Amino acid sequence: MQDKTDLTSLIFGRLSLESIPYHEPILIVTFAIAALAGLGVIGFITHKRFWGTLWRDWITSIDHKKIGIMYIILAFVMLLRGFSDALMMRAQQAMAFGGSEGFLPPEHYDQLFTVHGVIMIFFVAMPMIVGIMNFVVPLQLGTRDVAFPFLNNFSFWLTASGAGLTMISLFVGEFGKTGWLAFPPLSGIEGSPGVGVDYYIWSLQIAGVGTLLSGVNFMVTIIKNRAPGMTLMKMPIFTWTALCTNILIVVSFPILTVVLAMLSMDRMLGTHFFTNDMGGNMMMYVNLIWIWGHPEVYILILPAFGVFSEVVATFSGKRLFGYSSMVYATIVITVLSYLVWMHHFFTMGAGASVNAFFGITTMIISIPTGAKLFNWLFTMYRGRIRFELPMMWTVSFMVTFTIGGMTGVLLAVPPADFVLHNSLFLVAHFHNVIIGGVLFGMFAAINYWFPKAFGYKLDDYWGKWSFWLWTIGFYAAFMPLYVLGLMGVTRRMNHFDDASLQIWFVIAAVGALMILGGIVASIIQFVVSYRRRDELRDHTGDIWNGRTLEWSTSSPPPQYNFAFTPVVYDNDAWTDMKKHGFERPREGFLPIHMPKNTAAGFVLAMLSAACGFGLIWHMWLLVGVSFVALIGGIIIHTFNYNRDYHISAEDVTRVENERSQQMDRYA
Amino acid sequence: MTTNATDATQNLPSSHFYVREHHPEQGTLLGFWLYLMSDCLLFAGLFATYAVLSHSYAGGPSGADIFDLPLVALNTSFLLVSSITFGFAMLQMQLKRVNGTLLWLGVTGLLGVAFIGLELYEFAHLLGEGFGPQRSAFLTAFFALVGTHGLHVSFGIIWIIVLMAQVKRFGLTTDNNRRLMCLSMFWHFLDVVWIGVFTFVYLMGVLQ
Amino acid sequence: MSEHNALPPSGDSHDHYQGHHGEETRPGHSTLKGYITGFVLSVILTAIPFWLVMGNVIDGSGLTALVILIFAAAQIFVHMIYFLHMSPKAEGGWNLLALIFTLILVFIALAGSVWVMYNLNVNMMPGVMSEPVLQMQSQ
Repeated sequence: MQDKTDLTSLIFGRLSLESIPYHEPILIVTFAIAALAGLGVIGFITHKRFWGTLWRDWITSIDHKKIGIMYIILAFVMLLRGFSDALMMRAQQAMAFGGSEGFLPPEHYDQLFTVHGVIMIFFVAMPMIVGIMNFVVPLQLGTRDVAFPFLNNFSFWLTASGAGLTMISLFVGEFGKTGWLAFPPLSGIEGSPGVGVDYYIWSLQIAGVGTLLSGVNFMVTIIKNRAPGMTLMKMPIFTWTALCTNILIVVSFPILTVVLAMLSMDRMLGTHFFTNDMGGNMMMYVNLIWIWGHPEVYILILPAFGVFSEVVATFSGKRLFGYSSMVYATIVITVLSYLVWMHHFFTMGAGASVNAFFGITTMIISIPTGAKLFNWLFTMYRGRIRFELPMMWTVSFMVTFTIGGMTGVLLAVPPADFVLHNSLFLVAHFHNVIIGGVLFGMFAAINYWFPKAFGYKLDDYWGKWSFWLWTIGFYAAFMPLYVLGLMGVTRRMNHFDDASLQIWFVIAAVGALMILGGIVASIIQFVVSYRRRDELRDHTGDIWNGRTLEWSTSSPPPQYNFAFTPVVYDNDAWTDMKKHGFERPREGFLPIHMPKNTAAGFVLAMLSAACGFGLIWHMWLLVGVSFVALIGGIIIHTFNYNRDYHISAEDVTRVENERSQQMDRYA
Repeated sequence: MTTNATDATQNLPSSHFYVREHHPEQGTLLGFWLYLMSDCLLFAGLFATYAVLSHSYAGGPSGADIFDLPLVALNTSFLLVSSITFGFAMLQMQLKRVNGTLLWLGVTGLLGVAFIGLELYEFAHLLGEGFGPQRSAFLTAFFALVGTHGLHVSFGIIWIIVLMAQVKRFGLTTDNNRRLMCLSMFWHFLDVVWIGVFTFVYLMGVLQ
Repeated sequence: MSEHNALPPSGDSHDHYQGHHGEETRPGHSTLKGYITGFVLSVILTAIPFWLVMGNVIDGSGLTALVILIFAAAQIFVHMIYFLHMSPKAEGGWNLLALIFTLILVFIALAGSVWVMYNLNVNMMPGVMSEPVLQMQSQ
């Protein structure tokens, strides 16, 4: 350090060649594989001369459909990384008993469970739900795009930047070792002097801004951009859950922003928000982060509930039972989710009165979810059920999520929680509801709307393999954890002394391998479906006999979604139109006003990522330059008033004619 | 209750189900208001932290020891007057007078600069006495809350300058008027937060 | 259930990207009188709390605190009405709804945090409790 010049410090901060983990064979191998895969992808794109299209039609696109697809691709890529972490942890826990230390020392294992949680929540689950909402909501509303298309693009690239920073931490430096919520004092500067927690903070801050902007975007879209006649109570139920999800995003993410900022101030400026000394209070961090954290899990689950409502209605051939009560249940969940947060730290000593209050609110919040489940069952009752893949995922969700919900109600009882807090029972519970609820919901959504997005169905055979491997694998992987938790086994351990526990961990590891099979099967499903796309083609745009407006468009929809704006009179607007003999107009098209693509979102997000990287490594020159460029870039962007154009009537006519021909051929 | 696909309902002309041209309402003002609501929650987090840490002096000074109420009163008046000068700018905008708008925007910006200047002076003075944010949790929370408000005002000043340049160059177009309305909401919102700050931090800090 | 009698009212046919043209008639129209009224009220509602505290006017800091908080709430209300043009008609009622919801959540976050943290501190951090609170407790 002494022979570093001031200039070197200014440019490189604490980054040095030692930051690259040469001595970790697992990381070297991982890097080699990732680099090869990356080069393969770059080579493939170059070979197909795809760079121009990639830039013009995808990276700079403000089209909600493309942005939605990009979110889901990001989520899938990050799922592979997050799941690899899970496999490694399962392997370690299956073998590390008594004398055997396994292959992952604590400082590596701690990073694994931290980054596994961060990636799965922030870079798999969130992008998946935001991606599905992006693709589906404007189509269901009968509108052409979201309220702020440029901001939509920017939100995506901010999320991707956050994911990128987390991925970089694998090869340059390290990640946090604090668990996915990074409680101080362990996450403070004395507990974690390295760069790990800083990677955590800045990845989440950047991605968090993207999510918040998305929240505002979708709230305004749903409030303002509905088709004429579509009152709130005539909206598809998925858009209701999307609205409530985005309300929760807008009111909870600022708390995350502020608490992470305070943690970074403690680390970088020596302030005393959460320190042990000088009056700091670590529990305030726990308090604030869970005020965000609890609404966050409802942000994850509400869209999944919306998907299930759509799927159940469509594949039972019936209108959703109890639409109004579904809406009210969703609103009640939204409000109540802000009143339960303390149940995440019952054991921290707030006392019986406080614990009782939050225990009661937590139990109350399970009631509207129960009401939803009954409504889905009543929708299925006396319907003509088709067990297509989305419906299969839905039925699996109903059973699996109910179990997870019940264990949640058990945990809501403070005395029970005193035994089960931070045990494997807790880990089993939240995986139960997140996998059984959120992930199965997203798989249902993907199978349901994939034909709309790409014009062909997903292959059934490999889809079913994926479904059964995921479902059975989930139970095999997590039911043992309930048993272990009830026996008192603590979470986040990389080694155990009691060899009688091993059998349960081995069963869990087998379950994890089955899930791996499920993931491989879904990758195969995508490849096979692409190969068989002509056989699986959706010719009409309405492959499932759907009920909502997105099924009135072609598959995939044209860039402008609807040549003429639909007018809505009833719930299940598309069913209503079909019932009254609707025929698509074939002429008289007008020019359509559309927003232009832009590189601004991508560029500004990359600058944010550079700034984040600089802050992590104390590279103050980089921080200064990228921050000034960021502000300057934003200001320059606001001087661009020329952000839209018209699709000519001729072009619209041509696209619509192509669709007419396709439909006529296969009528 | 069940709807069969074969229900014999009457066919309606397809034109019943679409309009040829439709433009959704402009959503920017609502969107900006919702962003301000999220900012309310950001400040709520800071206020909550201040409430919890406000008596953790760690042997250092309390609010009564360091708060200079006359200075705070002067600062408050700067911000309050700047609210009304922004109001005058909006009235000029409604009357479609570019120069009038620019004049009052400029005055507002200058008052904002005076506010920030005085606040920086207060901070520098505290730092000089060794009462910086590292001294105690109370001071940490104080600097964070008041500092975040000051940061917002600073960004507001930058925005005023940029919007003045845009109005000068392009005039009071629909786009610029919309931006002025957003900035107006932002500026008044910052004064609302300041009411919370001077009451809850300064006045109550001196009272304890 | 479904009413197909007449075309429902269509959305505003305002230009999507160019914004409203009829701003003068929308709620939220500013007037000089409105701004002056708001300003004068705000000055009064600011001056009185400062005077109460700096002049030690009321006996008892608890009561003074309550009074100045009420003044603050009143002044925020004045700002909302006269400067931010808050009304049930703004944006079809969504502005007011969003504000009320936000204020409820702000209250929950503030009151909930203080309640939870106070209880945690009392039970778990006896050395941290500051003098005034300990005195209040022993009474």
